[in-house]
Amino acid sequence: MAGANGGATNGSASREAQITFLEAIRQAMFEEMERDPAVLLMGEDVGVYGGAFKTSEGLLERFGWERVIDTPISESAIIGAACGMSYLGLRPICEMQFIDFIVCAFNQITNFVAKGHYLWNAPAPIVIRGPSGGGVHGGPFHSANPEMYFVHTPGLKVIYPSTPYDAKGLLKAAVRDNNPVLFFEHKFLYRRIRGEVPAEDYTVPIGKAAVRREGRHLTILSYAAMIHTSLEAADALAKEGIEAEVIDLRTLLPIDEETILNSVKKTNKCLVVHEDTKTGGIAGEIAALLCEKAFGDLDGPVLRMTSLDTPVPYAPTLEEYFLPNAKKVFAAAKELARY
Amino acid sequence: MTKQMPGELTRQQHLDLYYYMRLNRAVEDAMVKLFRQNKIVGGLYSSLGQEAISVGTCYALEKKDWIAPMIRNIGALLVKGVPPRDIFMQHMAKYDSPTKGRDGTSHFGDLENLHIVSPISMLGDLIPVMTGVAIGGRYLGQKVVTMTWIGDGGSSTGVFHEGLNLAATQKAPFVLILENNLWAYSTPVRRQVPLENLADRAKAYGIDSYIVDGNNVVAVYNAAREAVERARGGEGPILIEAKTFRRLGHAQHDPAEYVPKEMRAYWEARDPIALYEKFLTAEKLLDAAGKKAIDDKLDTLLAAEREFAENSPMPPPEFAEGGVYCTGDDCHKIRAKWERPIAEVTPPKSSVKAVWNVPGFGSGKGSGGADAPIHFGDTPQLVAERPANNGRPGKAAAKPAAKNAPKKAKAAAASASRKGRR
Repeated sequence: MAGANGGATNGSASREAQITFLEAIRQAMFEEMERDPAVLLMGEDVGVYGGAFKTSEGLLERFGWERVIDTPISESAIIGAACGMSYLGLRPICEMQFIDFIVCAFNQITNFVAKGHYLWNAPAPIVIRGPSGGGVHGGPFHSANPEMYFVHTPGLKVIYPSTPYDAKGLLKAAVRDNNPVLFFEHKFLYRRIRGEVPAEDYTVPIGKAAVRREGRHLTILSYAAMIHTSLEAADALAKEGIEAEVIDLRTLLPIDEETILNSVKKTNKCLVVHEDTKTGGIAGEIAALLCEKAFGDLDGPVLRMTSLDTPVPYAPTLEEYFLPNAKKVFAAAKELARY
Repeated sequence: MTKQMPGELTRQQHLDLYYYMRLNRAVEDAMVKLFRQNKIVGGLYSSLGQEAISVGTCYALEKKDWIAPMIRNIGALLVKGVPPRDIFMQHMAKYDSPTKGRDGTSHFGDLENLHIVSPISMLGDLIPVMTGVAIGGRYLGQKVVTMTWIGDGGSSTGVFHEGLNLAATQKAPFVLILENNLWAYSTPVRRQVPLENLADRAKAYGIDSYIVDGNNVVAVYNAAREAVERARGGEGPILIEAKTFRRLGHAQHDPAEYVPKEMRAYWEARDPIALYEKFLTAEKLLDAAGKKAIDDKLDTLLAAEREFAENSPMPPPEFAEGGVYCTGDDCHKIRAKWERPIAEVTPPKSSVKAVWNVPGFGSGKGSGGADAPIHFGDTPQLVAERPANNGRPGKAAAKPAAKNAPKKAKAAAASASRKGRR
């Protein structure tokens, strides 16, 4: 996949190894649990089985039954219990077997966990993570991108990485953060991309976007799997003389306004690409941000290339039609470049 | 009415229970006055007639234990040590209130000192949260018990069941008080739950339950005390159904005309404070002078607390902004308090053979149920020993915890009818 490795390297480290996106997540949990006995993992089938996708393989063997907890199928109870543990200074990681199921715990997350610090000075340092996204023919209940339900909730942080380097560094940062952090793992990337990660401990700051490709004609803002799609489109655009700047948001809440505004002030055009559906997606929020803070810099409309406003359909033909792809991004960018 | 048993309570403990019930009622009476003077910003909920439950259950806990009160548990907050001024200021949305005006009513907590978790208005959510506090406390070796309350109405929420089931599977040291006050807003309990005894909910989770007269503070205390000791001893969560009646409407705005007059009259004749006063007088634990002293103490205290609350300012408007995130160590130093060796939960000691070790499991002899001999790999010590008597009444006095206080165990058996596990 174009750009995957390029995005993964951040340079400095001495001995770097090529690992999968999934392995990066596993390593992050393993190393955080090794570093701090206050870190626990809870979820459905995370222990003996090692997680439905094997993201927690080997954790139970190393850390034992008290720290890697197989739970009943009760998402609200998982989040609620994690919240309670966090009040004692523990830092539980909760796995949602598929992130689609996170909505079963919606009240617990949005009303209990998210509001605690503002209302009664009670931080809840928990991480809620799980496989998200489509493109693997999982159907309408195993392909969701429910990030915006939570981006709309003050008190949460929402992360959606695109590379192994970021996945590991951001997950470690999430575990160490004093706030509830939702960590979305695009399952299409789990075993499809590899990247280099340093041998030593590192974190990636929450709330900072990354410029994946520099360009001067237009800005493509995206995140997660669509970064790779956008980079592929950018390569094709370059062949036609259009230099697109591709920015990986990485964190959706709080969003990195500075990086977005700096890029758009340079390119004067912005296309937002995401796999989430269009209405209420983050593209609309970014368009509003640009209208408020960079209206004078815009040479054209802020365009959105997103999935359709439908549930994620099951049949490959339907799902491919539903999802954005490099061709669609290329076409939208070309249209924008004309302004 | 169950005859009240003195149990092993000392005179001072009896008077404490009486004082806290009186304080509970006096605080709420004062708030009704504030409400009528338009000094309370939002709604005002009442626990009139339910004071014995909040007070009797919370009084059974140790200082280090954790509570999460619901809206009608101001008595529990007071027993825990919350000053009345905090409760007044919460309702009046004052800047000196625990939430500084960001939330009202009993929605506040204290993680550091009093170990109180703040509720949210959605019912049942505290059950998994307090299960988590219980599991976390056990993990850290703190030997704490957690307690929360739920109503008859709240016992139908999904999270009630998810939470209690998780607590049961984890054998969490958690005690759930189900206050059956017969009404969920305007809907009677029989329209909500097709059970005579809501304690029967416990059967579905293979946990023990008690049914207790919620208007008898000593009975409530004795049941709670035994439940707390058993939970602390590793027997897992316990449900206590306290039968009572909500004497006022859902909140101040609600005249509760839907409540039949005879029902109200029946319960008004069973006021928990009046009953307890009669008992204390008969047992010569309280006389007219003693009562007068408590009256005076409450008057003086509440006048001062109310004055403080009324003089507190409203929060400055811009305080609405900020505070959404914890900004780090400068904001909160989050540190677990270990009361067991960390070496026990870190490699190499924590490392296990990750296989299910389940003798008899799947053999068709009922081994899938609560008594299935499931051991978590090579750490069977995590599974608490089941009491030899399978939780039936009568043998409780033989357990070590109860042995030290045989009189109390007897009192609990007399005043709280125990529900067997199956």
